[in-house]
Amino acid sequence: MNIYPNMQLNLRKTLANLSPQVDWTQIRYVSEKTTWRMVRDEKSERNSLSFDQGVMVEVLIEGHFGYAGTSDLTEEGIKSAFDKACFLAKHASNYKAHNFTELQRPPAVGTYNSHLEIGLDKISAQEIIDIFIEATRAMKLSEKIVSRSATTMISEIEQLTISSSGADIHQNFSIVNTDFSVTAHQNGETQTRTDSGGLARCLQIGAEAFDRETLLQRARKIAEEALELLAAENCPKDTLDILIAPDQMTLQVHESIGHPLEYDRILGDERNYAGWSFVQPQDFGNLQYGSPLLNVTFDPTTPNGLGSYAFDDSGHQAAKEFLIKDGVLLRGLGGLESQARLNLSGVASSRSSSWNRAPIDRMANINIEPGIDKIEDMIKSVQRGLFIMSNKSWSIDDYRNKFQFGCEYAKLIENGELTKTVKNPNYRGTTVQFWNSLKSVSDTRESFGAAFCGKGEPNQGIRVGHKTPYCLFSNIEVFGA
Amino acid sequence: MNFAEITKENFNQISNFIIESLHSGEQANINLHAENTTFIRFNNSKVRQNTHITQKSLTLLLQKAGRSASVSFSISGNWIEDKIRAQYWLDQARSECEILPLDPFQVAIQNQGSSDSNLKGHLLNDSEVFESLIQPALGSDMAGLYCGGPLIAANRNSLGQSHWFSTESFFMDYSLYDGQRAVKGVYAGTQWHQEDYVNKISTSKIQLSLLNRPKITLEPGKYRTYLAPAAVAEIAHMFSWDFLSYNSFKKGTSALMKFGNNEKSFSPLFSVRENFQLGLNHRFNSMGELAPETLELITDGQLKNFLVSSRSAKEYSIPGNAADNHEAPRSLEITAGNLPESEILKKLETGLYLSNLHYLNWSDRMSARITGMTRYACFWVEKGEIIGPISDMRFDESLYDCLGENLLAVTDFQEIDPQVSTYDSRILGGKKTPGIMIKDFKLTL
Repeated sequence: MNIYPNMQLNLRKTLANLSPQVDWTQIRYVSEKTTWRMVRDEKSERNSLSFDQGVMVEVLIEGHFGYAGTSDLTEEGIKSAFDKACFLAKHASNYKAHNFTELQRPPAVGTYNSHLEIGLDKISAQEIIDIFIEATRAMKLSEKIVSRSATTMISEIEQLTISSSGADIHQNFSIVNTDFSVTAHQNGETQTRTDSGGLARCLQIGAEAFDRETLLQRARKIAEEALELLAAENCPKDTLDILIAPDQMTLQVHESIGHPLEYDRILGDERNYAGWSFVQPQDFGNLQYGSPLLNVTFDPTTPNGLGSYAFDDSGHQAAKEFLIKDGVLLRGLGGLESQARLNLSGVASSRSSSWNRAPIDRMANINIEPGIDKIEDMIKSVQRGLFIMSNKSWSIDDYRNKFQFGCEYAKLIENGELTKTVKNPNYRGTTVQFWNSLKSVSDTRESFGAAFCGKGEPNQGIRVGHKTPYCLFSNIEVFGA
Repeated sequence: MNFAEITKENFNQISNFIIESLHSGEQANINLHAENTTFIRFNNSKVRQNTHITQKSLTLLLQKAGRSASVSFSISGNWIEDKIRAQYWLDQARSECEILPLDPFQVAIQNQGSSDSNLKGHLLNDSEVFESLIQPALGSDMAGLYCGGPLIAANRNSLGQSHWFSTESFFMDYSLYDGQRAVKGVYAGTQWHQEDYVNKISTSKIQLSLLNRPKITLEPGKYRTYLAPAAVAEIAHMFSWDFLSYNSFKKGTSALMKFGNNEKSFSPLFSVRENFQLGLNHRFNSMGELAPETLELITDGQLKNFLVSSRSAKEYSIPGNAADNHEAPRSLEITAGNLPESEILKKLETGLYLSNLHYLNWSDRMSARITGMTRYACFWVEKGEIIGPISDMRFDESLYDCLGENLLAVTDFQEIDPQVSTYDSRILGGKKTPGIMIKDFKLTL
């Protein structure tokens, strides 16, 4: 729990000294060690380590939760945070948005550890740098390639939550993010290809993420595709069927299903920043969000999923739930506070980015359940369309209706076959209409993640995962540069 | 002692310890971030969440035998604990230097001088803050965030360089809603004046009432458009994202590639610069280098400078200009033109008046094309008269068009867009932007 020698941190004793003074209190300790390593053009570019730790003290006073966080982990420091939380909660309770109770903070007990095949201590910094130097060398297939990089962000997070009502939750997360990028240039044309979109390859995983042969193979592949793009035609401006690969479906699900289903957006908490939602409380159980082929789950139990955990930050035990079944909207993303405010059932999704932020409604792993179709058959079914992959641009309105997404790489589908590569593929649409145009779902899935999903005031960047199949949509507006 | 004074003592103690512990051949550069912040989040003019955060963290860059290792760690403010942390991370940095390859573009630590700035503010105290913020908003549906307290950035190195910047600042970033109609406001500074805040909210309420007309739905197409300073600030935010960075230009990923290669141009009406005289940020960067008071980037449509860090300067053998490693603007200003506020609607004649934009992203970097949404108080104007608010529309527009031959005028006034980003921690900085009038602004959806 503490990396420092000769330093003792006895949070249970500290909590015991604080508890008698209020009805309910909680201490949430978080430490996060993050390692960045980046190689560019076979040269070491960035090596940094960071270790952030602190506690958030939470109190419930007159129906209002107050929060105070500190990086001062001495008993006096935590007591000072507690006093601040109490003082501000008491004054704020006169203006509170809702009257909460301890029901929103169940006294859960349990543990969670990311599933790893090989511990992160089994690979050295030297080995990672060597693989990355080799990977960037493997990317240099031509003089037209002007920039090559390999980056990893490795995070090891420990979280301990204890409360005066008996909560005792200990969770450990191991996360590896790898990001390869190649930029090719010729005659005024520049194209960048990454390994599934910038930082999308992000999982709860161990040192198995650094398998040398797999990484070198991926490095070579994106270099080849960057050169292909240089010579490719621009994406046509047309209305076509599009087959979307999981590394772009990740973004599609995230922006046009995950965010609009967040209860705090529906309640208006986010209106000054990320925005509201087109979804209304009465839509749950009624809205035909997508075609009958669309089945979407909230699943924090997904093995290796970036957004997997056993308990959210309120102590709510995590479980898989259907959000959309056979295309019908059933349930939204709301923790116990939002469920009480909306009087709707929800999920264990009250999460904070670290010790220094209060929990809000977030995604965990928002997944699309697999279908029954083979990818080859999905391609064969298309007369004229696009097979599109790897996000590079995203934008959606504050109600989550009108989106426009750009991708790195696409292939034309003509008469049931993949043909030419096209560059600068973009598509746009409106959320419900788009999901109702879903006409085929593959029987295989892949997992990706969003390492910095931004939301909240104060702002919070959090990790969420998406496991999705290949999905085919009909009559989508596509265009190039 | 107040928070800044205590933190200065912490910083000096711990940085002295690190510097005195260095071995022969080692040099250290140390940065501090510290804040003591009250955050209050509002919805429906009520308190949704309130959080107080005290956090202090150090970043140590150790250079040894041509290697560079960077370690960051939080500190407590308790010297006994922090000494253990500092020793631990100094040892870790040394271990890193043992295994890392040579850093080919290492910028040698130098003494770039010293500075000391302490801006004393007048902020709301904790017992009055809730009532002061909510009372003026009653009768309206307010959502937003108040953020206030001391914020500190400091730098020292083992060659005697020393910079200190502390401020006591606040912002109230809010939206007033009437159903789905909304207006945006920000009140920010170092001196809280309740009457100014009350006036700001009152003005927003009046603006909101102006939206109480039937919404107009537009067809996709090209429109003559006025972008107010806050909307221009959203576009200027994209200048931080692989735009003005020399390193990005050399790597081929900058959205300014075609401009830098003289294939595209901007209007003579468009000028942008770094301007630290605005007082929004300190001049020293994370290496303690002092940026020039002003640095012309694009002047009258002509490229003057990219932002060049010392690392890029070394890599590409050109002079640097004390940009930070990310080579993003830290105190950006788009300079004013000559269109008076009173002439805006008349000059617009018929078209769009856009107060704010939302969720911008490059849709094609090589054409410097941006997509995004209209948001908040955006109007349809005919014959110089506001007809009514518009439904939100998506745009997709190249900067080479809207800041190039389609740029018709730039206002003779500018507004400050204060930094309100709070990811991980509060951030210093901001922008100053004018409004712009353009033709053929492209709405797509």
